[in-house]
Amino acid sequence: MRRTRRQHAIIYLGLTVGLVLVVGPFLWTALSSVKPEREIRRDPPTFWPETWTLDNFVELFERVSIGTAFANSVIIALVLVVTNLLFCSMVGYAFAKLDFRGKNLAFGLVLVQLAIPAIVLMVPQFVLIAKLGMVNTFIGIILPTVVTPLGVFMMRQFISDLPDELIDAARVDGAREFRIYFRIILPLCGPALATLGLITFLSSWNNFLWPAVVAQSENMYTLPVALNILNGNEGTHYNLLVAGSVVVIAPILLLFVFLQRFFIQGIATTGLK
Amino acid sequence: MNSAVPAAVVRLTLRRSWIGWMFILPFVVLFVVFYLGPLLVGIGMSFTDMRSTDVTNPLAVDVVGVDNYLRLVNDGAMRRAAVNTVVFVVTALPLTIGLGLAAAVLLNSGIARLPAAFFRLGYYLPNITSIIGIAVAWKFLLEPEAGLVNRLLELVGVQGPNWLQNQSTALPSIIVMTAWRSFGFNMVVLLAALQTIPRELYEAAEVDGAGRWARFRSVTVPSLRPVLLFCTVYSSVGFMQFLEEPLVMTRGGPLNATLSASLAIFGQFGVGNYGYAGAASTVLFTVIVALAVLQLRLGRNR
Repeated sequence: MRRTRRQHAIIYLGLTVGLVLVVGPFLWTALSSVKPEREIRRDPPTFWPETWTLDNFVELFERVSIGTAFANSVIIALVLVVTNLLFCSMVGYAFAKLDFRGKNLAFGLVLVQLAIPAIVLMVPQFVLIAKLGMVNTFIGIILPTVVTPLGVFMMRQFISDLPDELIDAARVDGAREFRIYFRIILPLCGPALATLGLITFLSSWNNFLWPAVVAQSENMYTLPVALNILNGNEGTHYNLLVAGSVVVIAPILLLFVFLQRFFIQGIATTGLK
Repeated sequence: MNSAVPAAVVRLTLRRSWIGWMFILPFVVLFVVFYLGPLLVGIGMSFTDMRSTDVTNPLAVDVVGVDNYLRLVNDGAMRRAAVNTVVFVVTALPLTIGLGLAAAVLLNSGIARLPAAFFRLGYYLPNITSIIGIAVAWKFLLEPEAGLVNRLLELVGVQGPNWLQNQSTALPSIIVMTAWRSFGFNMVVLLAALQTIPRELYEAAEVDGAGRWARFRSVTVPSLRPVLLFCTVYSSVGFMQFLEEPLVMTRGGPLNATLSASLAIFGQFGVGNYGYAGAASTVLFTVIVALAVLQLRLGRNR
């Protein structure tokens, strides 16, 4: 469709206004986090910091155990990335390339799990975790998501597109199924694994409700949980809160900017987050 | 078993079955233990008076039939939560999908690749950001005195309200924040669909004398129907369960003005009323499933 220069200008204007509204809150928070507390409260406000300072971050890490929470979030996210890469590709491979009785039924379960609302499961899952003595443990936070239906679905889609000939040739050679999966399939799954790893890291990093329920002492808090406690303990310390907000958002922002391709691919291949 | 089938083939099939199940075992075990089991237990719990103190002593739990469900109907807070949830879904859903569609259409209207990717990146950003990080940013923006929103309003001579503490503005604030946060997802999905619409359809419509708006209505919207249906079902299932937004922004206040169904259930869980929370979540689950089925039916038949 042909467009005049004026129409183009209007489109760009609309998109730019939208961008300011979408990114503005992040920018404002980030700029505020490097202002001294007095400047944050000043009226009229300064947009660009007059005085640049990292005091808010120093205070945040000294007064609240944000360092521990940060480490906990990283550990939990990395463990979940490893388990999901391994299990989702294994399960996805079986659904894509192996024939077995009850396969369709089992795959139906994947879709069922995708559809069960989290809130419905929360109470009984917590009772189960309590019964297993896993309240306030990493394993309690991690276990329900070591293999996710979305990951299984994604890996199945990807592996289905790999040529059968590869597997047949290996079978003729007498290779065992596990060996085929590990030596032939897995090395070909690079792009899908990258996407799955990113999505897993992202959802673990941002996960709030379940860790908030399971982690009950400060040394077990993840970053969002610790930040929420700070948020609840009176929101007048906006200097600490905005710094905390930057600490939780920045790592994801960096991942996103550098690995955008994989995020968008993830949505495209699964039609889901 | 047909005797004509050689024993070796039977053995091979059985071995294959066994291997297949070994591969999917991690998923199956987790599904049964952490999803199917809890789902059934939760429904079962809803017919009992189970409380948090009964976890260690299951014998103290009594079956109370449908008492929990009857209590739900007469619970003012729960009714308020149901109304809030409906209001939230009915307003946030068109807002989110509308913004997503607008952004997708603009990005698809022939602008260069690089700026398009840049805008898409920006618009998608809130979608992948921690809710608590966003809540802090928005609370800071909406703060009555120091907040940027009210200071900007002051410039044009308007005294802005205490957005999150005012009964009439708290829920709308959360609705706007949610649309702001979620439209990027719909944008990406809709943009992908827009790019598959054949150019010839537009050209044919143009030849027939259709204007810009007519082309949008007669070509774009019908072509997007399946994807719009997906966005609607996906978003309404998510919005029906909205919980974290009010939990971190307002704790459901002021005076339950932002209490959602899920947040009310979470609250009952917090005070240890497991049976009652189970009943409320069973109702919510049923409503969500029914709504999704209804939307799919309507969307397909039209």
